[in-house]
Amino acid sequence: MPISAKNDPMNIVVCAKQIPDPAEPGALDPQTKTLKRDGKLILDESDMYGVEMALQLAEAAGGGEVTLVSMAPDNKVDGLRSGLAMGAAKAVLVSDPALAGTDALGTAKVLAAAIGKVEGAQLVLTATESSDGYTGTVPEQVAAILGMPSITFAKSIEVRDGTVYVKRQTDAGYDEVECPLPCVVSVTAGVVEPRYPSFKGIMAAKSKPLDQLTLADAGIDAGSVGWAGGGQEIVGIEEAPAREAGEIFEDDGSGVDKIVAYLENLKIV
Amino acid sequence: MTLSKIWVYAEATDGNVSNTTLELLTKARELASTVEAVFGGDGASVAATLGEYGATTVHATGDLGGVLQGVPVAAAIAAAVAGGAAPDAILFGTSYDGRDVAGRLSVALDRTVITNNVDLEEDGGALVCTEPVFGGATLVRTKFTGGGPNIVLVRPKSFAAEPAGGAPATVEALAVPDTGAAGAARVTNRFVEERSGPSLDDAAIVVSGGRGLGESDKFQMVEDLAKLLGAAPGASRAIVDAGWVPYSYQVGQTGKVVKPTVYIAAGISGATQHMVGMKGSKNIIAVNKDAEAPIFGVADLGIIGDVHKVLPKLIEALKARG
Repeated sequence: MPISAKNDPMNIVVCAKQIPDPAEPGALDPQTKTLKRDGKLILDESDMYGVEMALQLAEAAGGGEVTLVSMAPDNKVDGLRSGLAMGAAKAVLVSDPALAGTDALGTAKVLAAAIGKVEGAQLVLTATESSDGYTGTVPEQVAAILGMPSITFAKSIEVRDGTVYVKRQTDAGYDEVECPLPCVVSVTAGVVEPRYPSFKGIMAAKSKPLDQLTLADAGIDAGSVGWAGGGQEIVGIEEAPAREAGEIFEDDGSGVDKIVAYLENLKIV
Repeated sequence: MTLSKIWVYAEATDGNVSNTTLELLTKARELASTVEAVFGGDGASVAATLGEYGATTVHATGDLGGVLQGVPVAAAIAAAVAGGAAPDAILFGTSYDGRDVAGRLSVALDRTVITNNVDLEEDGGALVCTEPVFGGATLVRTKFTGGGPNIVLVRPKSFAAEPAGGAPATVEALAVPDTGAAGAARVTNRFVEERSGPSLDDAAIVVSGGRGLGESDKFQMVEDLAKLLGAAPGASRAIVDAGWVPYSYQVGQTGKVVKPTVYIAAGISGATQHMVGMKGSKNIIAVNKDAEAPIFGVADLGIIGDVHKVLPKLIEALKARG
C-alpha cells in the first residue's frame, strides 16, 4: 500500500453558533418564551476550538478550505466574522423569521442543508454543546440527517489517509475511535488553543465570502422548523426555589475557624 | 393516570449498570404501568439489575463489536417502533452515549428531544419535563405536543435510585438493521485514567478548585484538602480546559453532577456551567476573593478571601486535629 507523505487537501466545515455574550445576564422573553437574542451576537467560545482544530487539520492535510455554517436571527454575522478573522475561508448563514422557536432537531435540519451547499466537505466539526442552549444533540442530529458517521466528545483528532482517529472522552478516561471520512466530529473545549485573530485577519475577514440564505434558499419547508415543527410547548416558566441565604464573611484571619466550626457542626471533623 | 409504557436506555460498564440508568428506571415506575429497558450490548449481563429496579424486559442488541452506540441502537429502536412496539416515552441519561442515541433517534423518528431535564411528570397522558436554565435560577416546564414516542434526556442524579425487588428482566433480541457507512465509527482501544480517592459520583464530600487557584501547581492544595477530608477532588471547566487536571475531575453541565453532603468550592467564581453541576449539594462552602462572585449566591458559608491563604491554613488546622 502506498504511503503518502501528505494527505490530500481536505475541505472542512465547522458549525458555528452565534450567541449573546455570556457575560451579559440571560433572559427569557415572556411573550415568545425564547432566549432573548436581540443584542449583539458573538461566536460561541465552544466553537472557537472547532475553528482552530479545522484550521490545523487543513494545514496538516496540505490545504483545503475551512467553511463556517451557522443559523442566527436577523442576519447577524459578527460571530462569523470572528471565525473568518481566525482564518476560515468563507461562511454560510441561514437566517429567516420563520426559524424563531426552532428546536435542536430543526436547527440540525438547517445546518445540514447549509453543509450540503459546501463543495466536497470531508469533515464536519462541531462543539459538544453550545454555551447558551446546551442541548448537546445537534452534532449527532446533523450527522444523522447527512447520513454520515459521527464521533462525539473528541479530545484529539488526527486524519490519515482518509480515516479520522479520535480520542473520545469517556467517564473513565478515553476511547480510541476511528472512522473513514466523511464524518462528523464534536470537539471538547480545550482540545486546542484557539488563536487570536491578527489585525490582518480581522481586516481580511471583512471581505471574505459570506453567503446569506433564507429557508427557501436552503430548501427547507418552513413548517418543519420554528414553533410549528417543534412538537413541544412551554407550559411554565418559574423561579427555582432559592437556597436559603448563607453566611458570607470577609476573611479577617478567622475564615479558617469558621470553616472548621461549620464542618464540626456537621460532624465531618 | 399513568403512561402505559416507558423504555429506559440502559448503560453499563463491564456489566455494572450506571447509577443514572437505575435512577431513570425508578422514576419510570412512577410514571408508567410498564417499564422496559433498551440495551446496546449483551442483555444477560444486565438483566438481573435492570429487573431489580423495575424493568420487566430488556430489549438488547447483543454485542456491538466496538461500534459506537448512537447509530446502531437508534436504528434498532426506530425499527422496533416502526414494527409497532412504540412506548409512550424513551428516557435517556445525559451521558456521552445517551445523547448520541437520543440525537440519532430523533432524526430517525422525526421527533423533538427535550434535554437537560431534572424532573418529569405526567399530565393528562402527556409527559411534562422540567429543565433548569440560567444556572438553575429559572425552571422551564415543557410538554410534548407531537406524537410519541417522546424522547427525553434527563440529567444524572435527578432522582433517587430505589430497587423494586423485581425478578430478572426477560431478555428480548432487538435487531439492528444494516446502517451502512453511518455505522462505521468503531472503538479500537479503551483507556482508564487513574484517579485517587473516592469517585465524584459517590463521595460525601467534594473539594473543587477553579481558576482562582492561579496556577496548576496550586491544585495540589485541593488534592491535599480532599485527602484529609476523605473527599473527592473536583474542578471547574476553566481549569480542565486549561489542562491542569483531566476531564474526569470536571464538575458542571459538561462533566459530573454531584450532590454531596458538603461541597467546598475553592477559587471558583460560579459560572452557570459549574453551578448546574453542584447546586444540589446539601452544604456549600465557598472561598473566593471576589465578593461579587456568583458562587456566594448559593453558598451556605462563604469566605471572601484569598484561597492561597485560607487553604493552607485550613489544611494545617485539619492536620493538627489528627
